[in-house]
Amino acid sequence: METLLFVLFGGTAAVGALAVVLSQNVVRMAFYLVISLGSTAGLFFMLGADFVGATQLLIYVGGTVVLLIFGVMLTASGPFITIKTAPSQVIIASVVGLAFFGVLFLTVLQVDWNANSARLESEYSASSLERIGYNEANVGNTARSLGAAFLGARFDEDLGRDRKELSSGYLLPFEIISVHLLVVLVGAAYLARAKRRVTRIEEE
Amino acid sequence: MTAAVMATTLSEYLQTADWAFLPLDAVWADAAAAVVHITLLAIFFGLPAFVFIWAERKVSGRIQDRLGPTRVGGKFGWLQSLADGVKLIQKEDLWPKAADAMLFRVAPYLVVVASFAAFLVLPFSSDWVALALDAGLFVALALLSLEVLGIILAGYSSGSKWSLFGGMREAAQMVSYEVPLGITAVIPVAIAGTMNLGEIGSMQSGWFINWFLLRDPFTFLAFFVFFTVTLASNKRAPFDLAEAESELVGGFHTEYSGMRWSFFFLAEYASMWFVSALAAILFLGGWWTGIGPLDAWVAETLGGFTANILGFVVLVTKASVLVVVQIWIRWTLPRLRIDQVMMTCLKYLVPISCFLFLATVLWSLFLPHVACFGLAKGMGERTAVMAAAPRAGDLSAVDAPAVDSVASFSPSGEGRR
Repeated sequence: METLLFVLFGGTAAVGALAVVLSQNVVRMAFYLVISLGSTAGLFFMLGADFVGATQLLIYVGGTVVLLIFGVMLTASGPFITIKTAPSQVIIASVVGLAFFGVLFLTVLQVDWNANSARLESEYSASSLERIGYNEANVGNTARSLGAAFLGARFDEDLGRDRKELSSGYLLPFEIISVHLLVVLVGAAYLARAKRRVTRIEEE
Repeated sequence: MTAAVMATTLSEYLQTADWAFLPLDAVWADAAAAVVHITLLAIFFGLPAFVFIWAERKVSGRIQDRLGPTRVGGKFGWLQSLADGVKLIQKEDLWPKAADAMLFRVAPYLVVVASFAAFLVLPFSSDWVALALDAGLFVALALLSLEVLGIILAGYSSGSKWSLFGGMREAAQMVSYEVPLGITAVIPVAIAGTMNLGEIGSMQSGWFINWFLLRDPFTFLAFFVFFTVTLASNKRAPFDLAEAESELVGGFHTEYSGMRWSFFFLAEYASMWFVSALAAILFLGGWWTGIGPLDAWVAETLGGFTANILGFVVLVTKASVLVVVQIWIRWTLPRLRIDQVMMTCLKYLVPISCFLFLATVLWSLFLPHVACFGLAKGMGERTAVMAAAPRAGDLSAVDAPAVDSVASFSPSGEGRR
């Protein structure tokens, strides 16, 4: 069952990604991107990472692609604009793409997956991760430890330790990102602000 | 207490029970459980459209001093939706020459699929939920945001100016209204300390003063902000700029006909019911009647199954009442202009929801034991206790320092001070 679903989602993601590259219509590309990203979200859901999957849907599909289509609607001069690619661009892009694919493929081949999963199992089978939270053990307890880690508490590492040895989790990067986003928001608001002309009332 | 993943339990039942052709193999049991759930959810997805399209016509008729549908199905014309459906199936499925045919044909399916997928995480009663996800609310909001994409694609691909304007308005409206929607939805999450919809609902058991609506003045206001924003997110009047039949013919669905056209409305009415159920779970006590002893009595004397049926009926009633309020608002208020829509969101709803969120969090921090204006004791207390000690049995397995550090993680900040 898992293999079937994995092939389904993985295949759809790959086909969608290929269609994005091969299509020439910007909005169709956006649609294929939705298919590809949605299947990737499906892979996340299959792995039990529902928070990450939902984030994928909300930010990439619901946010980025909507903004992309919105941008096309606002800027397009005619209906259904197409992008023509020159042959040289096709060659350069395929060389870069194939090189990147080769690197990824070799990396995947070189990892000893069985040993890795055995190590992870031995590390986490003893931890009390499943006991935390409201839910029954193993039932969808996926977001709470993540949220706690963002607030500076690692359930997987800190449980049972002395208070002085507690780690700070991901609190610092989380705060840095939020300050960064705030700066971006302020900047965007400043740039988009309507420029009011200051007219001085000259004395007669 | 918590709803288990229903598919798992049903497929486990199919694998362990022993009658007729049971037990099944794991794969077939999973598949059978999935089919049962999908069928049930499809029924709950289709019924709102069937009932509320009739209700919309009837209510609008009454509000305008007309009779509304009277012919089909007896005195009140309650089979009107069926007649509409039969008519729509018979219509020709066509698309304009100027349209991007592939996107034009796919867009309605995208809308329907997104709206249907959101039902997966909706708890219908305390134990009836297809997927009890820990991030259930977040998943639901993410899936609802996909629906917008289908509408924008429909507007763009129609190759018509009316549709393009409808799609653009929808995009602008939705990108802005998702912000207050998210913030007001986070308010109950901040109180409950979880995004699991089943948990949020089960925390509001007992008397109705335990409902998050009555927890403090800020959540009371937050419910109305949430309801307003869901009106906009379902493009219901007064926010139905995307359709605006008086200026844009039909907006994004101008060029659609037959079943593809009706898919948009199937999804719209299903989403209306869905966000109303979401509002009921987040603020109005979910599947609890609001009379604590009644719930307890039903669960004890009549059993868990009857209690679930009662909860289902209560949730459906609450959500349906909210949908009728949506219909009432649609036929009472005039449509806003696009600049008024944007101003309502960006100048009023976003600051108000930010303030309400901050105020609710501060209330939980400084007055955690004062719920329902001081009338109800316990909501804050119970939240803190539940967060600190999730299950008594689990904590016995964890050694004492761990309990200490768990207590310091409690969302109400009790342990941190």
